[in-house]
Amino acid sequence: MMEDIEMKRKRKVYTCIYHILVCGFGFVMIYPLLWMVMSSFKESSTIFTTAGNLIPEKFVLANYVNGWKGFAKISFGTFFKNSLFLSIAATVGTIVSSSMVSFGLARCRYRGRRALFGIVLLSMMLPAQVLMIPQYIWYQRLGWVGTYLPLIVPYCFAIQGFFVYLMYNFIEGIPRELDEAAKIDGCSYYGIYRWVALPLMKPALVTGCIFSFMWRWDDFLSALLYVNKSEKYPVSLALKLFSDPGSGSDYGAMFAMATLSIIPAVLIFLFFQKYLVEGISTSGLKG
Amino acid sequence: MIRKFFLKESTAGVIFSMPFMVGFLAFMFVPMMISLYYAFCDFNILSDPVFSGLKNFKTMAGDDKFWKSLNVTMFYTIVSVPLKLAFALAVAMILMKSTKATGIYRAMYYLPSIIGGSVAVSILWKRIFATDGLLNSILKGLGFQTTIMWLGNKNLAIWTLILLTVWQFGSSMLIFLASLKQIPRSLYEASTVDGAGGCRQFISVTLPLLSPTIFFNLVMQMINGLLAFTQCYIITKGAPLDSTLFYMVYMYQQSFEFYNTGYGAAMAWVMLLLVAVVTAILFATRKFWVYDGGY
Repeated sequence: MMEDIEMKRKRKVYTCIYHILVCGFGFVMIYPLLWMVMSSFKESSTIFTTAGNLIPEKFVLANYVNGWKGFAKISFGTFFKNSLFLSIAATVGTIVSSSMVSFGLARCRYRGRRALFGIVLLSMMLPAQVLMIPQYIWYQRLGWVGTYLPLIVPYCFAIQGFFVYLMYNFIEGIPRELDEAAKIDGCSYYGIYRWVALPLMKPALVTGCIFSFMWRWDDFLSALLYVNKSEKYPVSLALKLFSDPGSGSDYGAMFAMATLSIIPAVLIFLFFQKYLVEGISTSGLKG
Repeated sequence: MIRKFFLKESTAGVIFSMPFMVGFLAFMFVPMMISLYYAFCDFNILSDPVFSGLKNFKTMAGDDKFWKSLNVTMFYTIVSVPLKLAFALAVAMILMKSTKATGIYRAMYYLPSIIGGSVAVSILWKRIFATDGLLNSILKGLGFQTTIMWLGNKNLAIWTLILLTVWQFGSSMLIFLASLKQIPRSLYEASTVDGAGGCRQFISVTLPLLSPTIFFNLVMQMINGLLAFTQCYIITKGAPLDSTLFYMVYMYQQSFEFYNTGYGAAMAWVMLLLVAVVTAILFATRKFWVYDGGY
């Protein structure tokens, strides 16, 4: 009896230490982010003199007001609108095209299907950065440099094998009997895609949307290459210019805008964590 | 007749796959072939390319900055990837113990990965390691001398970038968590009966059964490491003294800042080869340490 209580107490102490350690280390992990958010509420001139303190002495919103003004008379509202437009357009393109391609690969037999699937997998391994220069030259030939086209059109052609692969795996899990039943009822392959596969694929579509949106939102390199008018900048590029030492170095405003720029990703993370976790664990790709 | 043709299974399949076929040709295959040609040309974007044979590759062989950037990138990748995976695995094992707070903990460790690639985090990192930044303030609070120039010291700067990468171990952690959960409990019970302790279990049960996942993570992260761009471009831009000059950043500078686009195209092909070689080497070592059998 005594031993039992002793055991229980030991376990309790052990659990307690476990939580303190895990929690403490987790706090260190997110401390930089907390610091950024908190600093955005400090008076700009005090950010680095009080860098050691997390909580601001008094909360001010001036940084958000100043930062929102942006630069060159363009407010951050424009940049957010640009980013939103780009991310949504590219995501819609990606999801529509990838779902079609993955359905074709998974459910229709035709010559060359296996080879094509092989190319999809291969293209997943082909790093986008290596294509940076050739694509730039190509888009320049097409007269696309300086427009949004390079940031949207390619995605409407399912060139990110990741999404095709993700949806392909999902369709494979849908029982074929449903297709057969629809076929007997006189449904064509196009009808099966629209009325059977698409509704059942919803979880994969949501996961795809989340990843695509977050990647497009964070995309910096292609914006740097192709967008050259400041009123067309997406948030990522605007933030980079905003943080360059030349433009006054108002660190408070910079932190404020940086904080705003990560809000979409954090919201998605909070509300769709389940889809994110599943997407990463099953497809095993980076997030 | 036409209707019948369109309703055929094979026609439908080709139509469904059409976007990728067109996209692959137009946005990947053709550009790559063009760049293969440009790699053997003198080309500066503005004027027409002039065929110059192996000149770009010869220049590369004698370009100290090229070798430097290759060295830096390799060092960064070889140090950061194993560290990142080790952290990911350790934390995943810790989070296996499920409590009421596990969901919150998982979120805390995963959050940095979600936003890690963003410009916001890169400029934040720059301010953390600035001479008057967060880290020095904390060190000052602890009573240390505080004028360390983390980003200005050629031995230290690379470590700030490595730390940024390791910090984002969240997605690898999730992958490890998913496969840890698939290891049958009975194996641990059996090994306990056989008298194995925690360490022994880790080496003889966990690691072998996890090796395919470790392998997969290793390949993906190595490729990502070799191709890192944004962090370096925003935080250090190669400074000081090219000690953090990533290959991709140098390639970008050559192509779009110095307008040696032909040279840049050649560098891209060298990188593609390097990625292929590294992947091939990893696959070749697979049979020595990756356990593919069943449970």
